[in-house]
Amino acid sequence: MASAKEIRGQIKAIQNTGKITKAMEMVAASKMRKAQDRVLDGRPYAEGIQQVIRHLMRAHPEYQHPFMIKRDVKRIGVVIVSTDKGLCGGLNTNAMKKALIVMKDSGAEVETYNIGRRGTLFSKRIGSKISAAVEDVNDSPSVEDILGVIKVGMDRFENGEIDELHLVYSHFVNTMTQTPTAVQLIPATFEKEENAGRWDYIYEPDSKIVLDGLMRRFVEARVYHGLLENKACEHSARMVAMKAATDNAKEIARDLKITYNKARQAAITQEIAEICSGAAAS
Amino acid sequence: MASTFQVLVATAEREVYRGDADFLAAPGSAGELGIMPKHTPLLSSLNPGELRIHLGENIDEVFVSGGFIEVQPNVVTVLADSAERASDVDEALAVEAERKAQEVAVSQSGDIDYARAESELAIAAARLAWLRRKKK
Repeated sequence: MASAKEIRGQIKAIQNTGKITKAMEMVAASKMRKAQDRVLDGRPYAEGIQQVIRHLMRAHPEYQHPFMIKRDVKRIGVVIVSTDKGLCGGLNTNAMKKALIVMKDSGAEVETYNIGRRGTLFSKRIGSKISAAVEDVNDSPSVEDILGVIKVGMDRFENGEIDELHLVYSHFVNTMTQTPTAVQLIPATFEKEENAGRWDYIYEPDSKIVLDGLMRRFVEARVYHGLLENKACEHSARMVAMKAATDNAKEIARDLKITYNKARQAAITQEIAEICSGAAAS
Repeated sequence: MASTFQVLVATAEREVYRGDADFLAAPGSAGELGIMPKHTPLLSSLNPGELRIHLGENIDEVFVSGGFIEVQPNVVTVLADSAERASDVDEALAVEAERKAQEVAVSQSGDIDYARAESELAIAAARLAWLRRKKK
């Protein structure tokens, strides 16, 4: 049995770990609330742009933007939104699994676009080509932070280097539940609305510029929204993981304390026995 | 008869304005747009500039750095690249941004996107001009 002193050291160490995880839990909890607010703040734009594009489709059912034309799939791009840091439970692992499914299902060659360090590590591990990557996106991200990555993806699609662009991120359901989600960004699909009234727009400066700009912003908005959701997921997953770690630390410390008391008792008993036998012998 | 229409101004980060208006002026890329209720459907890209939302005597001003505007008879949606209310634009920040943009435009090294710097400069200059006008 370990000596009482050793056990005391262990208890101290565990308690310190518990303090750190408790602090991380509380930090994550406050960041999570802010991240959730940001998701809500970004919603009007995301809904607005979707609506505008739907109106456009209605006005020009025959028009096909390059981003809407399907072609034979030889090579796909996957935008993987992940976290920079670990310690957030299975969040990234689950997203990566989803990404793998997307890759397998396509049966095509794959290249990845990574937002977040974990995704980059994953891409390296599976040996896929990394076409663009951004790391250290802070907690209040702006669209500019991720514009570069998306632009590379859209440009490569336009140049015919990839035939599909997918997005994988974690969808925020609630604090306990995050679902890994995959969506196809390009070619974009919109459900056709029948019997809706249609109107003709006036375009300024001309229809092509407006449509092209809108489609690009639409793709950007979706990735940006994915990033916001992923941030909310990250912090809630971390909060839950750290809560579990804190509870575990408490439990281990309690068990160790029992062991410590037993060891102490055993030592005293032994000492008394030694004294008694010493006295009896003399 | 409806003499007002709904206005939504949003950027990817947040909603900037939502409410009714009886007149709206926007910096369309082909010239200033004035929009009244029952305007014919229109889609336009926006230049950096000022958006004025009138409701009765009340005028709300929002600075946009670009984006798109969709006009329907009763609803106007402005999808701005970035938007600031008159109250939360800080002049010092605007000056700083302009200086930085100029710096980048002057020291034109190989890896810096010249076109991008130029557009940043245009945005900063437009924002500053707008602010100065406000101050008078």
